[in-house]
Amino acid sequence: MTALVPLVRGRIRVQRRTIILVAVLVALMLGLGLLGLCYGASWSSPGEVFAALSGADPSVVIQDWRLPRVLAALVFGAALGVAGAIFQNLTRNPMGSPDVIGLDAGAYSGALVALTVLSGTSAQLAVGSVAGGLVVAATIYLLSFDKGFSGLRLVVIGIAVNAMVTAVNSWIVLRAELEVAIAAVGWSAGSLNGVGWDDLGIPFTVIGVLLVVLATQAHAMHQASLGDAVASSTGVRLDRLRLLMVLVGVGCTATVTAVTGPIVFVALAAPQIGRRLAGAAGVPLLPAALTGAVLLQGADLIAQMLLAPVALPVGVVSTAIGGCYLIWLLTKEVRRA
Amino acid sequence: MSARLTARDITLRYGDRVVSTRLDLDVPDGAFTAIVGPNACGKSTLLRALVRLLRPASGQVELDGREVGGYPAKALAKQLGFLPQDPLAPDDIKVRQLVGRGRFPHQSMLALWSAADEDAVTGAMEAAGVADLGDRPVQELSGGQRQRVWMAMVLAQETPYLLLDEPTSFLDITHQYQLLGLLAKLRDEGRTVIAVLHDINQACRFADHLVAMKDGRIVAEGDPTDVVDAALIKDVFDLPSIVVPDPVTDTPMVVPTLQGE
Repeated sequence: MTALVPLVRGRIRVQRRTIILVAVLVALMLGLGLLGLCYGASWSSPGEVFAALSGADPSVVIQDWRLPRVLAALVFGAALGVAGAIFQNLTRNPMGSPDVIGLDAGAYSGALVALTVLSGTSAQLAVGSVAGGLVVAATIYLLSFDKGFSGLRLVVIGIAVNAMVTAVNSWIVLRAELEVAIAAVGWSAGSLNGVGWDDLGIPFTVIGVLLVVLATQAHAMHQASLGDAVASSTGVRLDRLRLLMVLVGVGCTATVTAVTGPIVFVALAAPQIGRRLAGAAGVPLLPAALTGAVLLQGADLIAQMLLAPVALPVGVVSTAIGGCYLIWLLTKEVRRA
Repeated sequence: MSARLTARDITLRYGDRVVSTRLDLDVPDGAFTAIVGPNACGKSTLLRALVRLLRPASGQVELDGREVGGYPAKALAKQLGFLPQDPLAPDDIKVRQLVGRGRFPHQSMLALWSAADEDAVTGAMEAAGVADLGDRPVQELSGGQRQRVWMAMVLAQETPYLLLDEPTSFLDITHQYQLLGLLAKLRDEGRTVIAVLHDINQACRFADHLVAMKDGRIVAEGDPTDVVDAALIKDVFDLPSIVVPDPVTDTPMVVPTLQGE
């Protein structure tokens, strides 16, 4: 952040707005996180939560059940927000989000194969979903590459590929043994139910590494939003940048999908909401990540409260909100085009 | 005439469509070179090859005897500044931010923004006449203002070479001459300017070196006073004309003889 300080000269308004926004989002994240730790079959007061966290009054419910779930919602939400920002930057289109262009569905296919054909250990699920996501990404890229790269073409083809991959996923589930099929369907909506510490070590590490890689490319990524010609002639290595961005974007999406199943909407909406709140140029990463964390934790709280004591999969809530948002976005984009 | 930037025997094509075959060009150092020719004659393609946006199918583009493809991206970007015909501005970007993007090759992960960047941006905005637009969103500007903002971005890059693809399009006649005057001034300060220009008379008045292209070939090249005559205009543009001395600068001035029907 220290490198940003000299930017303030001449751009005070924008910078101050971003800093305030980040502070507000972090506060909101912590607030919703605390609410998540308090909420459950029996309500714990914030005092009890802090006592449990500090180790003064250990509680299995708070430390081993609620805490991993809340952390997963925040970290995975941030990862999905970043993945959305990456693809919206790449395609220069607010619809160019991994859940819309089929990367979630592809990652889920890979996980399904790991679950039905192999034994479905968490390592197999992780590798399967990354492979599935990459295959879909490569397919869309090849299909949409016709005398150059067009973001809109990629989005349209991605929507079609998403429909096909979703159909394949249904077919895999139908053919699977009953027990596996039930597990797969319960997971297909994208859920944080039952997430525990054991599920989180590897995904958190992978996401951490990917975010560090991305941080080194953020400056070039924003430069690339000036279009291929200006980006190249000001010194951006576009081929390498695009490859890294796709790998990080698919990596984040697939890592989350491997644990929770496909959670749509967060990657689609978080970057745009963050961008508007920040009043920034292009699709900035930090507001997208923080908004994603807030959205997913918020959606997961709603999912737990809506039909309590039954906890809905968070994907059901996010799909319902996301569907409305996507319709609004589509009508707006169609009008613009 | 010395030339640090050269194209040797280059063949340029997009996929199967061949634009130019075996071109040679020496860009004279410290001069204002104008590339002219009818639409789709390969002017922009040649410019794109010089800044390595298009890799020649054969032959080499070299800067200081080294192939441009062999330079690290930022090292080349500190030498060659390029303005394409219709660059893309990200949503909601402010003028000063966009001009600041020209500093990219001078920055690194550890040194994102320096006082030198700040001065370069301020200077570039003054030179391009957009100093008073700093806080305006680029998408709200007129076409002419936007064109000058992009010009400021390229100037902020502070490169010894400026390669510009039709920098005067979108500008009204006053701003066209102001921009050309600015380019001439930059040339006088030692920079090398290469611009694709539509207006042959402006090219003759401002350029030291004229490159006339047709069907992907360079038909004529040299000081405008030496190369521009009615025969060349007929050959390149298929336009009957007489060429008279420009009453202001004494450079060649093309007056088409076509009148209506």
